[in-house]
Amino acid sequence: MTDQGEFFQRDREWHPPAFTPDYKTSVARSPRNALISLENTQSEITGPTFGHNAFGTHDNDLLLNYAQAGESPIGERIILHGRVLDENCRPVPNTLVEIWQANAGGRYRHKKDTYLAPIDPNFGGCGRTLTDENGYYFFRTVKPGAYPWRNLVNNWRPAHIHVSVFGTAFAQRLITQCYFEGDPLVDKCPIVKTIPSQEGRDSLGAALDMNASVPLDSLAYKFDIVLRGRRSTLFENRMEGN
Amino acid sequence: MVQKLDYLRETPSQTAGPYVHIGLAPGAAGFDIYDQEMGWDIAGPNAKGERIRVEGLVIDGTGSPVKDVMLEAWQADSQGRYVDPKNPDATEEGFCGWGRVITNFETGEWGFDTVKPGSVPGRNGSTQAPHINLWVVARGINIGLNTRLYFDDETAANADDPVLNVVEWENRRATLLAKRTERDGKIVYRFDINLQGENETVFFDI
Ligand SMILES: [Fe+3]
Repeated sequence: MTDQGEFFQRDREWHPPAFTPDYKTSVARSPRNALISLENTQSEITGPTFGHNAFGTHDNDLLLNYAQAGESPIGERIILHGRVLDENCRPVPNTLVEIWQANAGGRYRHKKDTYLAPIDPNFGGCGRTLTDENGYYFFRTVKPGAYPWRNLVNNWRPAHIHVSVFGTAFAQRLITQCYFEGDPLVDKCPIVKTIPSQEGRDSLGAALDMNASVPLDSLAYKFDIVLRGRRSTLFENRMEGN
Repeated sequence: MVQKLDYLRETPSQTAGPYVHIGLAPGAAGFDIYDQEMGWDIAGPNAKGERIRVEGLVIDGTGSPVKDVMLEAWQADSQGRYVDPKNPDATEEGFCGWGRVITNFETGEWGFDTVKPGSVPGRNGSTQAPHINLWVVARGINIGLNTRLYFDDETAANADDPVLNVVEWENRRATLLAKRTERDGKIVYRFDINLQGENETVFFDI
């Protein structure tokens, strides 16, 4: 019954605070009152689960899931893979991982994106998958391009893939972004810098993984995701947790 | 010197950004990529209970509607039962309890159809008033915001709700109450979320 326990408290000093004036959009969108701390109830320790039947064959293959037959998107072909774990180092199996990203030129397929880099007719830019029984997931895609955005006049987002994960409870819900090893734009990015510590920022860097690359086909990057861990409640009156 | 605690650290959150819709609600964002999208039908066709619609705006500190929000909802069924993957037959077939919506890009309005949840067990034998758990992400929100929607016609249950009572400022509790109205014979609960300002919604650290 590892999915019944309450959660370790979220370390709010490790995550970005709500109000981060160098990322200007946060200024008017950040609550100013303290969050009210809640002890977990059923409402927080339960959450949605998803079945395989909702998925199409190519949902985790961004090289194929929007391409016309016989064609593929332009850009550096990569595999993004890793495990979803919890803070207790346990794999999180059968959990939904969703990603979205710009194409190799740095353009999103979104009506609000007006960047002058072209739309790629063979690239949608989103994918989804369930982790396997060991918490493992993978996607095939192209490496996204950097793109400029309105914050300071000359701010550029480093190449990144947006990642959404569920875990087994609503309290574990998480959206983050994955960056790529060696990208000099990462350390300049006001959104990356909303994370207070260098160690925290570094934990969003996907490592170039030559062992998982496919010779003459694709490079690979490894990105592990950690969700909140559940408490053992051995010393309380309810025997829950592990 | 002490031994090392072998815990991992949670992956830090980052904003969902302006294009969250591509990834999490591509159909609504204007392109068809998946055969079946997730989260558009919370209650399913068979669920018992009162059918309701929930609608609102997310409003920023300048008083403007936020037009690039994604909201997720997690709720119990009309009997107060959350879906349990280990006991799928406990809830009605097709009842999912989870949904996601995005705001209208022009107006910022969002809304979803569901059934009104029942009271659910709280801690230590207490009872929680009917509520829907909400999670709000958008550009400019660095870590998803958790709040709860309660129903303004549940006066007695709300008065005893252990979570509402944790909110020390009674005037702020009102920010968690959705207003019951009727439109074309349909029950509509209005729930505006204020990210900031005089009526800042209560957000929880869960
Ligand atoms: Fe982005």
